[in-house]
Amino acid sequence: MLEFPRWKVWLVTLVVALGVFLSLPSLLAGTPYADRWPAWLPHDKINLGLDLAGGSHLLLEADARDALKQRLQGKEDEVATELRHDPRIDISDISTAGGRLSFLVRDPTRLDAAVERVRKLTEPLQLTGKRDWDVQVVDSTRIVLTPTDSGTVQALKSAMGVARDVVRRRIDPGGTKEITVVTEGSNRILVEVPGVENPDQLKKLIGQTARLEFKLVDLEANPADVQQGRAPPGSQVLPMVDGTSFVAVKRRVMVAGDQLTDARQGFDQDGRPDINIKFNTAGAKRFARATQENVGKPFAIILDDKVLSAPNINEPILGGNAQITGSFTVQSANDLAVSLASGKLPVKLNVIEERSIGPDLGKDSIHKGVIASLIGTIGVMLFMLVTYGRFGVYANIALVVNAFLILGIMALFGATLTLPGIAGFILTIGAAVDANVLINERIREEIRRGRRLLDAVETGYREAFRAIFDANVTHVISAGIMAFFGSGPVRGFAVVLLIGVVTSVFTAVYFTRMLVALWLRRARPRELNI
Amino acid sequence: MRHLKLVPDHTNLDFMRWRNLAVILSTLLTIASFAYTGYRGLNLGIDFVGGQVIRVTFVQPVDVEQLRGRVLNLHLGEAAISEFGGPKSYQIRLPKPQGGDAQANVVANQVKQLITADYPGARIDAVETVSGKVSEELASDGAKAIIFAMIGIAIYIWFRFEWQFGVGALLTLAHDVSMTLGFFAFTRLQVDLNVVAAILTIVGYSLNDTVVIYDRIRENLRKYRKMAILPLLNLSLNETLARTVVTSLTVLIALGVLMAIGPEVIFGLAIAIFLGVLIGTYSSIYISSPVLVWLGVTPDSFVRLDDKEAAEKQPA
Repeated sequence: MLEFPRWKVWLVTLVVALGVFLSLPSLLAGTPYADRWPAWLPHDKINLGLDLAGGSHLLLEADARDALKQRLQGKEDEVATELRHDPRIDISDISTAGGRLSFLVRDPTRLDAAVERVRKLTEPLQLTGKRDWDVQVVDSTRIVLTPTDSGTVQALKSAMGVARDVVRRRIDPGGTKEITVVTEGSNRILVEVPGVENPDQLKKLIGQTARLEFKLVDLEANPADVQQGRAPPGSQVLPMVDGTSFVAVKRRVMVAGDQLTDARQGFDQDGRPDINIKFNTAGAKRFARATQENVGKPFAIILDDKVLSAPNINEPILGGNAQITGSFTVQSANDLAVSLASGKLPVKLNVIEERSIGPDLGKDSIHKGVIASLIGTIGVMLFMLVTYGRFGVYANIALVVNAFLILGIMALFGATLTLPGIAGFILTIGAAVDANVLINERIREEIRRGRRLLDAVETGYREAFRAIFDANVTHVISAGIMAFFGSGPVRGFAVVLLIGVVTSVFTAVYFTRMLVALWLRRARPRELNI
Repeated sequence: MRHLKLVPDHTNLDFMRWRNLAVILSTLLTIASFAYTGYRGLNLGIDFVGGQVIRVTFVQPVDVEQLRGRVLNLHLGEAAISEFGGPKSYQIRLPKPQGGDAQANVVANQVKQLITADYPGARIDAVETVSGKVSEELASDGAKAIIFAMIGIAIYIWFRFEWQFGVGALLTLAHDVSMTLGFFAFTRLQVDLNVVAAILTIVGYSLNDTVVIYDRIRENLRKYRKMAILPLLNLSLNETLARTVVTSLTVLIALGVLMAIGPEVIFGLAIAIFLGVLIGTYSSIYISSPVLVWLGVTPDSFVRLDDKEAAEKQPA
C-alpha cells in the first residue's frame, strides 16, 4: 500500500495538471481573465450545444418524388441532346408520366440506332452488374427508360452528397461560420446553425430547388388550349410564378442554371431589383446562339417549373451576361442569387424537424445549471466530509479533480455541452463519490474485523474495486446505447456520462489511493479514524 | 472527531423476512404501473407525437385564459398552454398542422405575430416543430434503446456472475423502468426525449446498487460455504447497507439541487433519475436478492466443477 513510486506520483500529478489547464479556457470564457490566458497554453474550448448557445436545428428530408422527377427531367434533356447528334433520328411524344421516360421514334428503321445511343447514356452499377436505367422497346416504335431500383439508390446517394454541399454554400456563402451540415441516414441532412434565432430565412434559402432554365415561348400554341393546360407536341404548359396564368414553352432547354458561374442581386434600369447572372463558356455559347436565332421572340425564364418572366429577345446576347427579371424584392432577389450561385439542389428538401432556441433562454439555462452544479457539489462534499473525515477530504479533492478532468477532456475533443449534459455532469458528481464510499465502507468493515491499519486500507481498495468496475461497465453500456440512439442534446448527456465514468474511476480509485498512501507514509498513524 | 454513521456498526436487519410480502407488493405495483400506463397513456411531448411548441417569456404574468382564447381564434387546433419555469414563462403547444409540414412554418409565424402584437416586449424563447414521421422514429428509437440497454446489462451481469444474477438484474430493471413510467403516467408530467435519456440512466444507475450487493453475495458464497442462502443474503445486504445509504444520499443531494433550482427544461430528466435512484435502491434489496433464492443459487453455483475435483483429490 505504501509503495507508490515517485514516477507514478509525477505521472498522476501531470494528468491532473493537464486536466486543469485544458478545462480553464472553457471556464474562463466570458470573464475578463480570458484575455490574460497565455497564448502558449491550450485554447480549445467546450462547444455549447444549440440549447445552450441558442440557434437553429433543422432536419431536412429528401422528397423522393421530386428526386425521381428531377432525375427524369435530367435524363430527358440528356436523351434529347444525344439524339440530336443524328439528324436522321426524329423523336416525338416525349413523356415522363408514370415514373418512366418514353418517346416515339418516327422512323422505325432508325429505332436500333436510337436504342444504341440511349444505351450509351446508362451507366453500369458497381458490383451488381446492372445498369442505372433499363432501356426497353415497346410496340417497335417507342423507347422506354425505366430507372432501376439500385440505380435509384445510387442516384439518391450522390444527390444527397451534392445537396449537402449546396445547402452549406447557401447558408454560409463565405465558408466562415461554424455551422454543421451533415447527411444522416440515406435521405436526410441535419443543419445546425448557432446564433440564428429565426430560421425562416434559412428555410427560404434551403427550400428553393433553384432549377433555372431558359426556354423559348411556343407562340404557335392556341392560347385557349394553353390556359386549359394543353400544349402542342414538343411543348409544355407551365404556370406563371404568381399563379395567374399559364404559358406554353418548348420542351427543349435553351440553356440551364448549371451553366452559371455567378449570380448577384442588382437593379434594372428602372431601379427594380433583378439578378445578374454570368454563364460559363459553354453556356455563354449556347445562350448566344439561341438568342441570335430567335431575335424578336419571347423566351421564358423558368425557376423550379414556374415562369418568372418571359421577356422578348431584343438583340443577341453574346457576352454571357444576362439579367433575370421578375417581381422581386431586394431580399428575394438576393436569396435567389445566393441559391443560383450555389447551384441547384438535386432534390427538393422538406423540413421534418425544427428546433430554434433563443440565446437568452440558453444563458438562463447555463446560469441555473452552473449554480445547481456548484450547490450540488458543495452539498455532496459536505456530506462526504462529515461521514468520512480525512478520507472524505481525499474523496472531495478527487471530486474537484474529476470535474476539471471531465471539462478538460471535453475541451480536448471539442465535445458539445448540452443542457442535459449539465445534468449528466451533476449526476456524475453525485455518483463519482460512490467509488470512494465503497472503498471507505470496506475499510471501516475490515477495521471492525480487526485487521491492522495498512492491511485494512489495502484490502478495502482491492475488494471494492471489483464492484466499482462492474458498476461502471453497466453505466458504459447504458450511456453507450444512449449515445448511439440519441441525437443532439441526449447524445451530449451520454457523452458527459461516458467521460465521467472513465475519469471518476481514475480520480476516485487511483488518485485517492495515492493521496492515502502519501499520507500513511508521512504520518505513520497508529489508528485510523474513518 | 466522530464521523457521521447513518447505519450503525453491526446492524443486522432481517431483510429477507419480508421478502415475500415485498415481492408480492412490488409485483402488484409493477402490474398496476403497466396497466395504468396502458390505460391512461403517457403525456407524450411533441418529440413523440409531433406538433409544435412555442415557449414565450412575457414582461409580466398574463391571463392564461385570455391567451388561450387569442390563440384559439387563429383556428390552429387545440392549443395547450402551461406555465414553464416561472410565472412569466409559458409554453404554447399546438397539434400537428393539418396542411402538412410546410404549414408548420405558417402556424408558428401566426402565433409569433399574435404574441408580438398583443404582448409588447414578450420574448420568444424557443420554437420547436416535430413532424409525425420524425416523432414516430424518435419514439421507436427510444423504446429500442431502453430495451437494448436492459438486455445488454443483463447479459453482462450473466457473464460476470451467473445466469441467475442476470435474470435478477433483468427483473430488477423491468421493475424500475415500469415504476418510473407509471409515475409519469400518474403525474401527467410530460415525457420527452430527456425523460428517455433519464430512463436509460436509471437502467445504468439503478443497477449500481444491485451490482455492489451481488458482488458481496458472490464473495460471501465463496467465504461461507456452509451458510444457508437466506442468512447469507441478509448478511450481504447488511454489510453493504451503509454504502447503499450513503451513495443513494449523495446522488439524491446532487439531483435534488438540480430539481429544485436547475433549468426548467431538464426538470423531467432530474425527477426521473431522482425517482429511479430511490426505486433502484429498494429493488436492489427486495427484487434482485430474493430472485436468487427462487432461482436456487447456492455456494456450489460459484465453485467450478474442476475446482471441486481438485479439492476432493487433495487429502483433507
